[in-house]
Amino acid sequence: MHDHALAEQSDALRLRSLDDLNRLRKQILDKRDPDQPEIVVCHGTGCLANGSADVSAAIRSALDASGIEAKVVPGIKTTGCQGFCSHGPLVVIRPRGIFYQKVKPKDAKEIIEKTIVQGDVVKRLLYKNPTDGEKILHEQDIPFYKRQTRVVLHNIGKIDPTDISDTIASGGYQALAKALTTMTPEQVVQEIETSGLRGRGGAGFPTGRKWRSALTAIEKKGRPVYVVVNGDEGDPGAFMDRTIMEGDPHAVLEGLILGAYALGANQGYLYVRAEYPLAIKHLTIAMEQARAYGLLGDNILNSGFSFDARINRGAGAFVCGESTALFTSIEGNPGNPRPKYVRSVEEGLWGRPTVLNNVETWANIPLIVNKGGDWYAKIGVPHSTGTKVFSLVGKVNNVGLVEVPMGVPLSTIVEDIGGGVPGGAPFKAVQTGGPSGGCIPYELKDTPVDFDSLTKAGSMMGSGAMIVMDNRDCVVDVGRYFLRFLEEESCGKCMPCRLGLSRMREILDNFSEGKGSEKDIEDLLSLSKAIQDSALCALGSSAPNPVLTTLKYFKDEYLAHVTRQKCPAGVCKNLITYSIDPELCTGCTSCAKQCPVGCIEGEKKKPHAIDTGLCIRCGICMDTCKFNAVNVI
Amino acid sequence: MITFTINDQKVTAKKGWTVLETAREYGIEIPTLCHHPAVKPSGACRLCMVELKEKNWSKLVASCIYPVAEGINVYTETPRVHNVRRWILEMLLASCPASPEISALAQAHGVVSTRFKIHDPSQTCMICGLCQRICEEVVGLSAIAVVDRGVHKKVGSPFMRPTDVCVACGCCLTVCPTGAMKDIFDTVRGEPKMPLTQLAM
Repeated sequence: MHDHALAEQSDALRLRSLDDLNRLRKQILDKRDPDQPEIVVCHGTGCLANGSADVSAAIRSALDASGIEAKVVPGIKTTGCQGFCSHGPLVVIRPRGIFYQKVKPKDAKEIIEKTIVQGDVVKRLLYKNPTDGEKILHEQDIPFYKRQTRVVLHNIGKIDPTDISDTIASGGYQALAKALTTMTPEQVVQEIETSGLRGRGGAGFPTGRKWRSALTAIEKKGRPVYVVVNGDEGDPGAFMDRTIMEGDPHAVLEGLILGAYALGANQGYLYVRAEYPLAIKHLTIAMEQARAYGLLGDNILNSGFSFDARINRGAGAFVCGESTALFTSIEGNPGNPRPKYVRSVEEGLWGRPTVLNNVETWANIPLIVNKGGDWYAKIGVPHSTGTKVFSLVGKVNNVGLVEVPMGVPLSTIVEDIGGGVPGGAPFKAVQTGGPSGGCIPYELKDTPVDFDSLTKAGSMMGSGAMIVMDNRDCVVDVGRYFLRFLEEESCGKCMPCRLGLSRMREILDNFSEGKGSEKDIEDLLSLSKAIQDSALCALGSSAPNPVLTTLKYFKDEYLAHVTRQKCPAGVCKNLITYSIDPELCTGCTSCAKQCPVGCIEGEKKKPHAIDTGLCIRCGICMDTCKFNAVNVI
Repeated sequence: MITFTINDQKVTAKKGWTVLETAREYGIEIPTLCHHPAVKPSGACRLCMVELKEKNWSKLVASCIYPVAEGINVYTETPRVHNVRRWILEMLLASCPASPEISALAQAHGVVSTRFKIHDPSQTCMICGLCQRICEEVVGLSAIAVVDRGVHKKVGSPFMRPTDVCVACGCCLTVCPTGAMKDIFDTVRGEPKMPLTQLAM
């Protein structure tokens, strides 16, 4: 029931007070039977890529074909990303909370027949705990979910993001109604200040203080003032904001409207990168529905407060996530940052006072207004309150989306929730904060994950991407990767960034080829310092961080590259040779079959050997060998 | 009037001035490349970085855009400032090796060679964007564009097609700090809409 139907009924739908909203909520809830089975299929981007659209279609047709004549017909719901991406497509049967993973369309019939009709469980689709091999029935018992505290993500996986009635049923827009009917804008700002919420975009600037200084700027400069959502999430490995926009778009919107109310803004912008089509679609639908219900637009809930927002699509430039570049881009110019000696709260979009917050920050606002700043301040640790959503990727068993209170040790996220590195070895390092952050080594695995502790470790919170690395990841290669990314994504306006990042990468290129000297490491440090000191915006000034932290914690590995011409992780192709240990080799021939250049020879059941002259060092032999007989020397 | 110090020397500036303007007023040398009094400052070349100090705290700012404020302490010749200048000049020597102006400026600051690979020995343009700014802000046209981003950034005409917007006024040629514009100029200019002689009348 979107578009047309909504537009026609818009006047009928329009909510005119808090009572209206509560009445509607009650109506929606009354229509629902708590015992009605609900088949929830994850339609997050990860699961969709794994074919969950086919799964939900198959379940739908299996349900139609089954002709169930039960008292209550089961419903099917598709939701945003439920987080456990590496085990998708995910299907949860509520209200029992039976959790099926890696579901294929062919499983649909069995799920309907066994679970829905007979009330049995399809055992083979259950999640198997890797530590004890036990099958786990319920979602909440899976270690991945058990150790999380889902506050911002509480709706995702439960509501259909394209249906506002689901949002309203789960308490959406209650905060907005509360603020508009019982709170002054000043009180809203105070709640945010009390909460201690810090910006989830990366630098961790206190949100309340930002809003307060915007109010001061408005006193001086008058209105208009703008509120903007930064949805230009571009860090490699980060997908928290995407998930929130896709899975609970109304939360972002409600937060934005609350911010607008607090600051007296009548126009807002959602800057979403074009690479997130599903997020843009869901936000567009959410905004249409909110408008139809009188929650966005003129005279919201008959309170006299009017606010509308629009979506601006970013054209795929990483630098446009930087505040001033983002504003320049919305204004219709190439996304070049401008000097920030005057802050955005004073002179932002169109030169007006502007409050820019990231998606996750905005999504926190309704919760704080609803439950109070004090409630929020109790979660987490004193200077980093609340929870933080992380995207956990790389060499980790449970790739996915994780929400934990601030201040939990890094190892809880990577080892307990993430299930550690495949194969069981300790992780080598965790790259946090994307290209602006750094690598935290295994020795610091007990570091509390909060803004200040991560900064102390030389890294940063950033947007919340966590890339787990094991001993097959080379730090020189990691540095090259991030520098390559940033030299392409830099706007290129200022010279330290455009010239410096390329030159840093060239030095690292030399290292990976076995060229270079210890003097080059000194140069790298000094050049990094110059770039940090002089770059125009935070993209440039934070760009050396991955290199600086790896130099700090893994200097030996750099030295191995330049003084011994060795790559201990076995990644830099010019510096490695593969060999087969004749003691361990069983002559199974599987490596020889996989080798793309045919450089492995040997008789069956006898040790094989690699012709290193022909070898292209692709590493397939090492990945194939079940007996650990292939080594890097 | 706003009073502050540059290199421990007391200076006064009018409200709205930048640090660079004040320094130039007092004859204090700060090197610049992308700065030109005819256009608004853009803060692109970062050669004019100076250090602000306050007890244990200090930071580097671009003097061409930093607005003066009461009581700030500006230093133009600190180790941090020198480090930035030295690296930028050394990188410019490698990316614009054919520009005598860059060589002279580098030499004036004690940078005579570069440790970096030279990819294009004939390159003179350092993509400071001054030509684009003068065309837009002073001439009132946009015949010159800085296209693409990051390492691919270059100066040309919009969409890299010769443009008939150009009136061949030559402003870009006169402001170009490295003489690179004389090579780019012909690629920018298309067939003018009206004969230039007519324009002059």
